[in-house]
Amino acid sequence: MNDMSWGTLADDKAARLDEAARNGLGKIVAADQAETLLVSVLRPNDRICIEGNNQKHADFISEVLSDVDPEVIHDLHVVQSNLALPQHLDLFEHGVAKRLDFCYAGPQGIRMAQLIEDGVIEIGAIHTYLELYARYFVDLTPRVSVVAVEAADREGNLYTGPNTEDTPPIVEATAFKSGIVIAQANRIVDRVPRVDVPADWTDFVVEAPRPHYIEPIFTRDPAAITEIQILMAMMVIRGIYEPYGIQRLNHGIGFGTAAIELILPTYARDLGLLGKICNYMSVNPCPTLIPALESGFITSIHSAGSELGMEDYVAARSDVFFCGPDGSLRSNRAFCQLAGHFSDLFIGSTLQIDTAGNSSTATSDRITGFGGAPNFGCDSRARRHASDPFLQAAREETGQESPQRGRKLVVQLVETFREGGQPVFTERLDAWDIQKRFGMDLPPIMIHGDDVTHIVTEEGIANLLLCRGPDEREQAIRAVAGYTEVGRRRDPKRVADLRRRGAVRYPSDIGIDTRLASRSLLAARSVRDLVRWSGGLYDPPARFRNW
Amino acid sequence: MTTLLEFEFDNVKRGNTRRAAQIVGVVGSGQLEVLIEPAELDGKCEIVVETSAQGFDEIWRSVLDDFAAQYPVADLRISINDGGATPAVVNLRLQQAIAEVLDV
Repeated sequence: MNDMSWGTLADDKAARLDEAARNGLGKIVAADQAETLLVSVLRPNDRICIEGNNQKHADFISEVLSDVDPEVIHDLHVVQSNLALPQHLDLFEHGVAKRLDFCYAGPQGIRMAQLIEDGVIEIGAIHTYLELYARYFVDLTPRVSVVAVEAADREGNLYTGPNTEDTPPIVEATAFKSGIVIAQANRIVDRVPRVDVPADWTDFVVEAPRPHYIEPIFTRDPAAITEIQILMAMMVIRGIYEPYGIQRLNHGIGFGTAAIELILPTYARDLGLLGKICNYMSVNPCPTLIPALESGFITSIHSAGSELGMEDYVAARSDVFFCGPDGSLRSNRAFCQLAGHFSDLFIGSTLQIDTAGNSSTATSDRITGFGGAPNFGCDSRARRHASDPFLQAAREETGQESPQRGRKLVVQLVETFREGGQPVFTERLDAWDIQKRFGMDLPPIMIHGDDVTHIVTEEGIANLLLCRGPDEREQAIRAVAGYTEVGRRRDPKRVADLRRRGAVRYPSDIGIDTRLASRSLLAARSVRDLVRWSGGLYDPPARFRNW
Repeated sequence: MTTLLEFEFDNVKRGNTRRAAQIVGVVGSGQLEVLIEPAELDGKCEIVVETSAQGFDEIWRSVLDDFAAQYPVADLRISINDGGATPAVVNLRLQQAIAEVLDV
């Protein structure tokens, strides 16, 4: 054959581990030796993942890494889903990292845009979650990964706690391609409550001086839910969940879907829908789900992450949530994304929608990325199992009684205007300008128009499945765009025709009296109400306690 | 700074309003207060908007045109005190207010 070596990665890993050993490091590394560890096992141009999720972040290691000498460690290629903290970007400003493949940069979006424009960060691509995890197993396998865990034992067995999130795919890809896995642990214990990552996949454990950063991003205070959001929630239940019989679904995390959750025990129950809708959900343990769950609406929930304060409640409802033998939640963003992708319906919000139904959360001064919405919010064309909603949607779309394939329902839930009078509906998405400004190959569209089946606004429901051709879709979208420019340019005659065919439905068409949209419909009107519904098990973070 | 907008609609239908004036809503950011009262206006409906948001005159005109077409009520004065409400909130409050003076 030939004399090529086929174990160079393993040899290289061994050399790096040797260097760490020569520098006096064992498997458990003290916080003040973290920099020595990083300098021992990292090489310039390495691909690195420093676990940054939607919620938990290996923030201590990020901080240490951004302070290493860029003469020694430079041009790192960062491959991680979220960049939410300032130190994630400091890494690039200090010259330690250069290239970036990521999914979401919410709070750092403005600074990110600036650093890209200044040439400090080179973007490989902005991915969806599943896409980036997939590439860990194709051409973006990390050489070194740092994961954030709740606890580790002295052998290196890791317990992630309820926020497992991205840890499994990161560790799997790194450990099984001769990469180096480092854990940032909140505490070292004699015995972990459960083994989420076995010791022989872990190379080092750093005992962090403080618990890793974690963000309660899915907590929506019922006190802030408006009557308009309640009206739209009524329309979703009456106009979509009930007629299609939606049992398996994924909710976004905005106030709109929180309103739906909070009127299940009142409005939906009065309609006789208990047991008929919202049985199986792919969604984080959002506190606003508590009243519906306690009322018997939800049979099962799989979660991408956890939510601060929900730990005890979730552990006490293990029939509904996926929990380990230790009793605590086991979340997993990759599997939750898969579960949501193959469910019957996705509903979520966005910042802009154009007349073709394309939506985007990118506005001209910031680069935020996509997160998981594109995988949840697209037709699952590989799906082969049928269900009533899947078939009904396809019948509506094709006009055939026995369609060849099914159709997932993808619903966009938006008010026509955002706060400050910004219209959501627009003739042209900012995404096109962003593409041009940053020289992107594709415009950052979150959900493509041809994946969307329904747009719900306070004005009504556009059912795009019943539209024949782009002109009809455009008129149906204008019909629910209210008093925005886009809405005022509708053709009343064509809208009347679409309304007759059910492609546009106003509240009165589905038996909703808009005046009844009242906060008294909410099963919980405050965070305190949620605590009561939970029997005291929900323990909200301080910022949500105002009593 | 606030802007004052005045609208007038010639309505065909005679009012069958209750006599008492009604207030619906509260002023606040993104909210509005609607005072609706019967008045001798020679068959017209008069709507006055005091708003803190600038540059939305055309949208107000559209919203109120649609409202007047839906509820062609004569001899009615509507005063709106607006804290930057969206058209959706304006519509909801107007509908709630008109229900208070009409039996609709």
